[in-house]
Amino acid sequence: MQVPAQVEYEQAASVEHALDLLARSGPEARILAGGHSLIPMMKLRLAQPETLIDINGLSELAFLEVTGDELRIGALTRHAGLLAAAGAGEHFPILHDAERVIADPVVREWGTIGGSLCQADPSEDLSAVFAALRATMVIRHPAGIRTVPAREFFTGPYETVVAPGEILTEIRVAIRPGGGSSYQKVGRRVGDWPVGAAGAALWLDGDVISGTGIGLTAVGARHFVAAEAEEFLRGRPATEENFGRAGQIAAENCQPVSDQRGPAEYKRHLASELTTRALRAALRRAAPRRAGGQRRPGDG
Amino acid sequence: MTTGFTANGAYGPVKRKEDARFIRGQGTFIDDIQLKGMLHGAVLRSPLAHARIVSVDASAAEGHPRVRAVITGETLAARGLAWMPTLSHDVQAVLATDKVRFQGQEVAFVVAEDRYAARDALELISVEYEPLAPVTDPVRALAPGAPVIRDDLDGRDSNRIFDWQAGDKARTDEVFAAADVVVARDLVFPRSHPAPLETCGCVADYDQVSGHLELWVTSQAPHAHRTLFALVAGLPEHKIRIISPDIGGGFGNKVPVYPGYLCAVVGSMLAGRPVKWVEDRSENLMSTAFARDYRMRAEIAATREGRILGLRASALADHGAFNGSAQPARYPAGFFHMLTGSYDLQAAHCEVTGVYTNKAPGGVAYACSFRITEAVYLTERMVDALAIELGADPAELRMQNLIQPGQFPYTTVTGWEYDSGDYPRTLQAALTAAGYDDLRREQAQRREHGEYMGIGLSFFTEAVGAGPRKHMDILGLGMADGADLRVHPTGKAVLGISVQTQGQGHETTFAQIVAQELGISPDDVEVVHGDTDRTPFGLGTYGSRSTPVSGAAAAVVARKVRDRARIVAAAMLEASPADLEWASGRWQVRGDPERRAGIAEIAMAAHSPLELPEGVEGHLDAETVYNPPNLTYPYGAYVCVADVDPGTGSVTVRRFIAVDDCGVRINPMIVAGQIHRGLADGIGMALMQVLSFDEEGNCLGGSFMDYLLPTAVECPAWELGQTVTPSPHHPIGAKGVGESATVGSPAAVVNAVIDALRPFGVTHIDMPMTPANVWLAVHGASSGDHVA
Repeated sequence: MQVPAQVEYEQAASVEHALDLLARSGPEARILAGGHSLIPMMKLRLAQPETLIDINGLSELAFLEVTGDELRIGALTRHAGLLAAAGAGEHFPILHDAERVIADPVVREWGTIGGSLCQADPSEDLSAVFAALRATMVIRHPAGIRTVPAREFFTGPYETVVAPGEILTEIRVAIRPGGGSSYQKVGRRVGDWPVGAAGAALWLDGDVISGTGIGLTAVGARHFVAAEAEEFLRGRPATEENFGRAGQIAAENCQPVSDQRGPAEYKRHLASELTTRALRAALRRAAPRRAGGQRRPGDG
Repeated sequence: MTTGFTANGAYGPVKRKEDARFIRGQGTFIDDIQLKGMLHGAVLRSPLAHARIVSVDASAAEGHPRVRAVITGETLAARGLAWMPTLSHDVQAVLATDKVRFQGQEVAFVVAEDRYAARDALELISVEYEPLAPVTDPVRALAPGAPVIRDDLDGRDSNRIFDWQAGDKARTDEVFAAADVVVARDLVFPRSHPAPLETCGCVADYDQVSGHLELWVTSQAPHAHRTLFALVAGLPEHKIRIISPDIGGGFGNKVPVYPGYLCAVVGSMLAGRPVKWVEDRSENLMSTAFARDYRMRAEIAATREGRILGLRASALADHGAFNGSAQPARYPAGFFHMLTGSYDLQAAHCEVTGVYTNKAPGGVAYACSFRITEAVYLTERMVDALAIELGADPAELRMQNLIQPGQFPYTTVTGWEYDSGDYPRTLQAALTAAGYDDLRREQAQRREHGEYMGIGLSFFTEAVGAGPRKHMDILGLGMADGADLRVHPTGKAVLGISVQTQGQGHETTFAQIVAQELGISPDDVEVVHGDTDRTPFGLGTYGSRSTPVSGAAAAVVARKVRDRARIVAAAMLEASPADLEWASGRWQVRGDPERRAGIAEIAMAAHSPLELPEGVEGHLDAETVYNPPNLTYPYGAYVCVADVDPGTGSVTVRRFIAVDDCGVRINPMIVAGQIHRGLADGIGMALMQVLSFDEEGNCLGGSFMDYLLPTAVECPAWELGQTVTPSPHHPIGAKGVGESATVGSPAAVVNAVIDALRPFGVTHIDMPMTPANVWLAVHGASSGDHVA
């Protein structure tokens, strides 16, 4: 049986209390949210934090609401909660696409959105999703809050801009009309980390792409973003040919590594193929609304 | 609880007796065992695949306040226990003394007051290693100049373990030379792992006063293990009691004796207290008995008209660092020479070379039926390869070449005597259930729209129920099994068996066998297993042998009881035993059916003041040992329908039709459960499961995040069918089914994917057919002839 090393355990009663505990416990303290990455790492003794600060009781961080033209997701929102939120899925189908293929129902029931993002695993689906959506991260620190664009949130594998003594509290996504989005993932099995995945969000002005976000997972894309492909699409018509070219550009500009899930060559192909497929699906979802008509069955 | 006994007999889909406790969470697995004063053990394992041990310093661990003992290779060497025999006449290090030979090998063992302290203390042991070049590729292991892994063995100057062959080479070469068509393929059956839900573990309790050892252990073969512990640890066998409580899956993983067990025994001897050791998931995956790891070159010869003439194969068998395969001693490659499969051939030949590598030992596990899994995969892939070459339909090609019903008993060109079968009927049943012709039409239509579906077939024949003791033994122990049956005065019976359930439902099935023979309800038969002090000797559960061997013993011993009951009944009914007949579960006077007695009445009479005839001592109890006259040969026809996305390489198994013939089915529901499990195994092996290693010998499958097991999502709703061809030599006509689906299903899945990708010119993809491997085959046009 795998057993972790000795660790101190503290339960936070409020965000302020959690920040206070973080300040007092020093750099070897870790926030315990869903724990689905941290606890296994502790059992394998790959992580040996001195103190765990449990924030699972902080209901103030477990919220999900549409306010004005913004979707606000509390960091302690569980994956299952996001998947169950019809409003989130209606505005951003990409969120439900991704949540449906993250891990398994047990993990989704307890794992949190904030925890997933702060873990910053290169294969984490939501990092690319929120990068594609150009979300804003809200970070609390003892002196107040600061906001960081999702695309600047990730500084490297397993690294974010959240400093010791800070807590990610919220993710905000601006709601803009005329958009569609999709997430496409290939895994070896349900519940597996992706071999590769791509998320795309599109906004159209007539037939022309007025805005786009493309996120890539597990293929070594900088900040989980296919910036060059986005640049290519902006202002161009939403055609199959352009989607194909955008996929190629995304593939050319990522740096996948070979591992058990597949060789770099294959992952690069997936970056292309899945980017194109995600754009295609995003367009299908955007189109009916753009035309003011009914959504077609199967458009998710 | 009622199990649904009816007057029609005790066979049928009765609910499992075991489930009453399992679904309540009331099972007793090794980790549930709590003994007074029990300590906890943990194993320090090698991080390197190949290294010389310079020094082991355990002083800091010994100084830990909650540590009670630290055992190193040196501790064991002083007692002559540093090495133990394997099941294949090799030796294996218990704790390494000279070198470590695979990543995860056992180096030291800590005994502490709790498992946290034991784990903490592992980090206090300092081992100095001198790294050596690792060899994880069997081809490189045989190359000149390769590092010799087993330099502990006298005179060993290479990594070659054995060369073995079967069949008539000269005749096979003749047949091939004369054949119209010969197709060759290189096939890899990669290393996989049985990954039972419960990992291996034990609780050792050595009594320093009496010298008794009680060992609760995850064992598929408690009696064989008792003998092994006597041989290995030098303990007198009559003072060893092995208890296997509920076992959470075995699949061959719990056949070997592992170093952790021995360390726990020694720990208990040193500490004078019971010691529990339960390995974690990574330890189980990285160090215990794996399966497969065969690299095969296969050739099939046929006439242009599609008559298959012969098969020829050579294989490299990667056995890891110690040859720890568990199989009948005479067969170092198991039953790989079953490669003639279900077909009527003129000749066949195979040669197998066993190789040491810097990988964990094992090799016969995961419901492999002693390597018939590898053989069936080879044969069924080659029949499909031939179909491609000839442009023939794979179903028709099989039908054309199957052994015909009138040919049984059929002796194969590699020496097996198949007992019974009607293969064409079973194949036809599978094709009909699948709607084969409609599937072919649908496939053609879909291809026109750029959709790629495949239909894969596999027809397998198994050889199970090892085995006749004059041919088959493990470490000199003949592969027979005992049974004893006590019938209490009220007619309730207790059956002691030598095999050990790991989820197969023995407590139910064996009760049904006895109940059927004695005309009582399965509820009235208690099955005792897994405790060497309470059960007769026998070789245990693996190789689908429980029902073929021990099930036969149960029937035979019940018939002995019935024969004794006849004598007592004759006294009761004032008739001659010869005038009695067994009818409707009772002894009755022939021609006077009102004069009759059932087992319960007879059992009471046998214990009563009734004057008993000469030769009956006063109860009905009996015992037996069953030595099977031959193996049994279950078989089946499988059809897999799969959809492939060539853009991503993703494979979805849409349907799976399995028609099995395992002879008489005692409990069809349990049989169906066994088949479901094996089919899921097949999907796992075909699509995702692999225990791979990097160049440094690091195991890349050390957790369930890396070693993938299939889930319900990857498995379609299984479509099962059956034919019943009883075994003519088995007392109740049963053939065994535990491994059939594992053996038969991988080829069907692979054949389906290859069939789907025919428009791309793909002729072979090695398992696991992950999205990456499928995509590479489609876009790299790799074929079986070019596999590295």
